[in-house]
Formats: sequence, C-alpha cells, structure tokens
Amino acid sequence: MNCGGPYMSAHASLTEPVFPPLAINPDLVRKILVRFIQNEVQKVGFERVVLGLSGGVDSSLVATLASQALGPTNVLAVIMPYKTSDPKSRRDALQVVQQLGIDQLQVDITPQIDAYFERFPDADQKRRGNKMARERMTILYDQSLVLRALVIGTSNKTELLLGYGTIYGDMASALNPVGDLYKTQVWQLADALGVPTAIVQKAPSADLWSGQSDETELGFAYRMVDQLLYYLVDRRYSREELARLGFEPAFVDDIIRRVRDNQYKRRLPVIAKLSSRTVDQEFRYPRDWGH
Amino acid sequence: MTADGQLTVGLAQVDSALGDRDRNLARHRQWVAQAVDAGVKLLVFPELSLTGYFLRDLVVDSALRLDGPAMKDLLSLSGDLDVVLGAVIEEPDHRYFNASLYLSRGELVHVHRKVYLPTYGMFDEQRYLASGDRFRSFKTSFGRAGILVCEDIWHLSSAYILSLEGVDMIICPSASPGRGLSTDERLGTAESYNLVCRTYAQFLTTFFLYCNRVGYEDGANFWGGSMVIGPNGDILAQEEDADEALVVATLDLGDVRRERLANPLLRDERVELTINELRRALHERTRKPY
Repeated sequence: MNCGGPYMSAHASLTEPVFPPLAINPDLVRKILVRFIQNEVQKVGFERVVLGLSGGVDSSLVATLASQALGPTNVLAVIMPYKTSDPKSRRDALQVVQQLGIDQLQVDITPQIDAYFERFPDADQKRRGNKMARERMTILYDQSLVLRALVIGTSNKTELLLGYGTIYGDMASALNPVGDLYKTQVWQLADALGVPTAIVQKAPSADLWSGQSDETELGFAYRMVDQLLYYLVDRRYSREELARLGFEPAFVDDIIRRVRDNQYKRRLPVIAKLSSRTVDQEFRYPRDWGH
Repeated sequence: MTADGQLTVGLAQVDSALGDRDRNLARHRQWVAQAVDAGVKLLVFPELSLTGYFLRDLVVDSALRLDGPAMKDLLSLSGDLDVVLGAVIEEPDHRYFNASLYLSRGELVHVHRKVYLPTYGMFDEQRYLASGDRFRSFKTSFGRAGILVCEDIWHLSSAYILSLEGVDMIICPSASPGRGLSTDERLGTAESYNLVCRTYAQFLTTFFLYCNRVGYEDGANFWGGSMVIGPNGDILAQEEDADEALVVATLDLGDVRRERLANPLLRDERVELTINELRRALHERTRKPY
C-alpha cells in the first residue's frame, strides 16, 4: 500500500475549484438519476429500495436521490456500524435520515464479525474490512427480501475503476445511480442536493476504524486521480499524452495497473466455455428484458 | 398537399417496453387516439418504437414479417392519420432489419431499413442486424418525404440524397441515449442533435421531424428532445424534457417553396460535379498501392 505518496494533498471537496471537464450541471444530473431510480425500480414491479447508509457522502447522496425518486417512506437506510467505526459516522447517517424523513434500521455488526474472527485472531485489516463489507451486504439483501425492496448501490466511478471496494460486498447491488460519477462529481451533486456540508466536506473513509482515510490509503487525492481517470478512461489519452499534460509517469502507470488488475471486480465470474451458447458470450439479453 | 396547405404533425415522444411488442402496440393505439383528438394528420413514433432499442438477442423474438399476420394490427393504426413507427422486420431470407414503416389509410406506403448501424461505444447493432441498402423518398398526401433512422443522419450523404430526390420533409425516428456531462443544461447528445437537425433543415431547405424516445434501458437514458424544424432551420415545436409527450406543430407546407425562392440552394446544387468529384476521390482512395 502506498501511503502518503507524492499526490497527497489536503482533502478539499468544496473549497477548491472543480476541474472544468468534471464540472456538472447538478439539476440535469439530478433529474436523470431520479428518473433512473423511478424507472428501474418501478418497471420491475418494485416500489422500494434499501441501502447501507454509512454517513459518508456517496450513500448520503444516494439516499437523497432515492428519497426524491420514490418518496421517503419507500427508502430504508440501514446503518451498520462495527465497534471501531467512528461514532460520528452514525450521527451523520442519522442526520441524513432525519433530514430526508426516510426509514432507518440500525444493526450493529460487531457480534457476527467478532464471532468469526475469534477463530482467526491474526486476520489483518483487509480481511476484516472485506468481511464487514460482505456482512453488510447480506443484511441488505435480507432486508431486501423482507421489504420487497431493491438494494441500491453507492459505488462511484472512481471506486469502480480503481477497484476500491469489496467484490460481493459494498460493490453488490441491484441498481447503482452514482456509478458513472467520479468522486469529485459526487461532491458537487451532493452539495447541490443539500447533503449536509459537514458530510460533503469530511475526508472520505471506509470507516473500518476511527480516523481511517481513503486518500491516505490510496496514496493520492481523489481530485488528482479523477483528473487522470478522466483523461485516461473518458478521453482515452495515451501515456505519452498524459505525460505531456504533466502527470507523473509512475503515477499514471500505477493507476493503469490498478484499473487493469481490478477488471475482474467489474465483471461476472469467468465461465469455462463448452457449449455453443454460453451465458454472457452468445447468450446476450438486456437486463431490462421484457420491461 | 392538403386543401389549405397546412399539415398538423405529431411526434410521439414515448417510452417502449423492451422486447414486449404487444404492450407497445397497445401503447401505440393510445397515442394514435390522442393524436387524432389533437387533429394530427401525420404521427411519428421513435426508432424501434414497437420493440425498444437495446434488444440484443431479443431482436429475433421481437421481429415481424411484412407479409405476416402482425401487419394487420399495425396497418389498422393508420385509419385516421398517417403513422411512422419503428419495428424489427425479418425478411423471408431471415435477415433482420431495424426498420421504419410509413403507414397510410391502412396501407404500407414505405419501408426504410436503417443503413448506418452504429457498432461502437455503447452500440452493437451490426452484431444483430443487417444494414439497409438504399435511401429513397416516397410520395405522401402532404408532399414528398424521406425517412432516416437515427445514425443515418450522422452521415451527410444520406440527407443529401433525399434532398436531391426533392423531399419536402425528412422524418428522423431516433432512439438516442443521452450522454456527455458538462455544466450545460442539456446533455452533449442533445446539443449535437439540435445542431445537426437544424443544419439539415436549413441546408436542404426542408421540414425536419426528429422524434426521439424517452425512458431507460439497462441504465441508458433516452433524452427526448423531439423537435419539428422548419425549412429555414427554425424550431417550430420541441419537447426539451425527457417526459413522454405528444409534440404537435402545424406546418405551412408553402414554407418550403418560399424558403427555396429566398434561398435557392437546391437549384444551385452542382450534382454532376459532386458525383464526378466523388468518383474521382473514390478512385484515388482505392488506387493506393498498399
């Protein structure tokens, strides 16, 4: 893990000007995403969604969008702290719940996580973090069944591209309204939609323990990597062109490697091909089949 | 030409259920009824309005045959007004086309098989569909018309050919997914289509009817924005939002004549020069040694 690398800078979600190509019209994006949620939920015969609300900006934004799309009583926010989570996260989550008037359920995941790791006391933070993410996922899918609610995801484009998430954990969902927004765009939209400023401005964190920081763990600031990802992914700049723009080649190579190495998280499991019509190869149907 | 030289057109900016032809046909009937009530004489539905757009393997299940039993229901839509709708058609030789059908008084007047099938980025049409082989205009009660389906208009030559056939009106059914974020109030796609459609209307001095759909398929949003454009490039009516809507405009068909008198671009067009130069360019392009 590359901690405190050369691309660290003070976290500044709102205080610094937005990189112009990633500036959005929040009202237009809001409208598209609210309709997306309405459409993709209702056309498959559902009315409700359930999400894990961490008190961070991504899930607070999704809760806001879902509430606007489906009405607050059709959104269940599940708050699932572990004993080492920052207590402030829970308070932030509850503030969002209260502000939106959505339903909430609190499930402390400490007992089941600790029960498991009693057998593996030497497990490192990564194992524990993944386990927690997957524990939360099973709770969301359980509630999904109870409430006839779709699980709505909160992984943003930066996380999806960098693979900064747990496969079948926080990356699991039925629909994801923010997966094509970079983190810096999530901040803009969240701010415009009235997510509490303290939430938008606080340093992003997976919150496995108090004081954890995404940007420290990743080794660079979201503002910086979003610019690079924009040129690399959206505009398909070559390494040489990126160097000419002033991106450090070692940084570029690190990001290219991350994107490549995490491709598996963005796909179905690889299937050994035997027949002439294999799922996801020749058997190609839209997800919205018949809707 | 209508007696008073006026034509009320309607653009049915609708959503479609993906791969559910029966449900979509029922919706077509409702929109037709609404259009008839609004005095519409020509009603345009979006591309693949009967089936939805991102069909993938559903192309085969959604297709209909022009000589098959399903046509009767479609033709019955056009009892009181002319209808343009989008369907997948299967030819007797089992090629499938993304087609747009012009129906009038219970008859099939014209079929345009989409020529330019986008197969890049988010599009994969050539994987599933055969490409049409012609751009032809046809006569209607309101003058000469031509149909270009969505990606067809991104190739200048398609509209140019129709123009030389003397069309008064180009009809463009579309299923354009919105993309391209900026601080603008519209998506990049909406900006581009507005520019392109208005440019065609003005360059070719023809009415231009652009009907785009709305709704979502597999996360892609269709941005609507359907518009009726006059032969001087002015937008006569538009639904800017991505809501289902019937966009209605009354055209003064004499505007085409007046515009071409004021702006005789078509008269001055050097068709033979164009053909000769194209032939030369093509020859030179194919003559390269390797």
